[in-house]
Amino acid sequence: MSEYTDDLDTGPSVGLVEKQYHTFGSVAEPMALESGRSLGPVTLAYETCGTLNASRDNAILVCHALTGDSHVAGRYQEDDPKPGWWDIMVGPGKPLDTDRYFIICTNVIGGCMGSTGPASPDPATVPPDPATVPPDLATVPPDLATALTGARPYGMRFPVVTIGDMVRCQRRLVDHLGIDRLLAVIGGSVGGMQVLEWSVRYPERVVAALPLATTTKHSAQAIAFNEVARQAIMADPAWMGGDYYATGRPEHGLAVARMVGHITYLSDESMRHKFDRRLQDRGELSFDFEADFQVESYLRYQGNKFVSRFDANSFLYLTKAADYFNLENQHGGGSLVAAFARAKCRYLVISFTSDWLYPTYQSKAMVKAMKKNGLDVSFCEIEAPWGHDAFLLPNQRLEALICGFLDRVGGICATGGGNAL
Amino acid sequence: MRFDLQVIASWIEPDTRVLDLGCRTGSLLDHLRREKGTRGTGVEIDEEAAGEAIAKGLSVIHGDIYEEIEDYPDNAFDYVILSQTLQQVYDPATLIREMLRVGSRCIVSFPNFTHIRNRFQMFFTGRAPVSKELPYDWHDSPNIRVIPITDFRRFCAQLHVPIVKEVAISTHHHDTRGRVITFLPNLLATFGIFMLGQPGRRGERDRDG
Repeated sequence: MSEYTDDLDTGPSVGLVEKQYHTFGSVAEPMALESGRSLGPVTLAYETCGTLNASRDNAILVCHALTGDSHVAGRYQEDDPKPGWWDIMVGPGKPLDTDRYFIICTNVIGGCMGSTGPASPDPATVPPDPATVPPDLATVPPDLATALTGARPYGMRFPVVTIGDMVRCQRRLVDHLGIDRLLAVIGGSVGGMQVLEWSVRYPERVVAALPLATTTKHSAQAIAFNEVARQAIMADPAWMGGDYYATGRPEHGLAVARMVGHITYLSDESMRHKFDRRLQDRGELSFDFEADFQVESYLRYQGNKFVSRFDANSFLYLTKAADYFNLENQHGGGSLVAAFARAKCRYLVISFTSDWLYPTYQSKAMVKAMKKNGLDVSFCEIEAPWGHDAFLLPNQRLEALICGFLDRVGGICATGGGNAL
Repeated sequence: MRFDLQVIASWIEPDTRVLDLGCRTGSLLDHLRREKGTRGTGVEIDEEAAGEAIAKGLSVIHGDIYEEIEDYPDNAFDYVILSQTLQQVYDPATLIREMLRVGSRCIVSFPNFTHIRNRFQMFFTGRAPVSKELPYDWHDSPNIRVIPITDFRRFCAQLHVPIVKEVAISTHHHDTRGRVITFLPNLLATFGIFMLGQPGRRGERDRDG
């Protein structure tokens, strides 16, 4: 996810927001996962902004990208240095207008920002084992934390989760909030995969879907980069087979993994523009292995910054979920056209010219399949030099497209209009 | 809205499905949606124009018309419109057959190459005509086809595509006003507008528009 937005003036704010938790399932009644394994209890961290209207039809679910969280907009406290990750898009008068829409954002399962993931306490390890260090109880809601005191973190005992599992959990939350139909589901990158999954898995519950800078399946190239990132973590001696919570985290491996990710989020042009071959804090080459170049310094900085907020095991699970995602296999028996036969919503598909991680041809393939099913779809390839990250950056075109599209589906929702062409 | 688009709009029945190929910023689709309650889709190759159309709340695909039309199922639309784009089409016969596959009627408008001013220019100056309707020089023109109204009728006959309606108009390219030309249209009209029916099926023909 972009780090460009660090210094942006993001305009009118939703103000203070609060992270909330919804827990369902239990050890006795766990949730069955697509892998065949099960997980319970399951906690989702989520945040909401705006107000759910009386007819409960103005809700928009925002799905975060690989390493994002539920903190989509606003601040937890007045003096927080940074607002939520999509504050440029979510707020009063912004495209996801909190004066009109009720915005929901959840942390995905497998994550480490409040939802159940590999760093969460494994209930199977209760009663407490005094030899272990307690897990990060910040990742469970307070009421559950007490029950799980002394439990050990899942680590690699955590089951592999899929994009489908993430979406099924989100559906539980949407049920809990009493919402029958989401006005829209929107997200970029891995968030866009969740958008596509929602539209096909729960066609009756989505009026409109906005998959941005995403794909229906990873290319070999995308899997390759993820595998390099995972290997960097697993090759770090501190990883200890994922059981590092008591001994110290694989910081170097995770930082390298993040550096790999960052390369894929940028583009040749954006790197040339941002760094070129400029040297960092020096006039000449050092002839040693310090960070000579600005790009090296940038990647090291991003890697180290990431380590302080992210769990290495979560990174393994989330990249795996993204690699496993294959909409046509899961829902269409190998045919993308068949997969979208289930869908009923209107789509706005957006790609970016310089995004080589999820190139435009992948968006066009989904648009083609949607059209073949007679679905109402709009598509735009936005000219942007910033690579995959572009969907997180301020972009007037992107904002105008989302505004206009949501205006229309909002109107359709209010008049109860039909679904397809 | 351009005068030729006004004529086209007057031909569209209410509550129908419309595909506009080369829809620019979607002014025709927007008009039809408001005035006729149509369900429309556009295809536009220019990002800015397509973006503007989507921002109006229209359903538009940013892409190439030849590629995009292939993906629509048979008979997905009642009308498929190609306004002032035919002169830029490499393979008009294939495109028109595709248009009649995805829609039951197709509407085509194009600048009439044999308009009297073009003829005079060619005759007296001996140079390729440059007009308000066809404003480019030979070397920078996207308009790779020169289409006289008379030749377009012959082309339709060769394709066995019935002309359901036709009207010739005189207007400026961007002009919102114009008039219908009934006398010597191939000489006096700046644009021809045709509604075509299914190949091999007899359409009722009228010339009023």
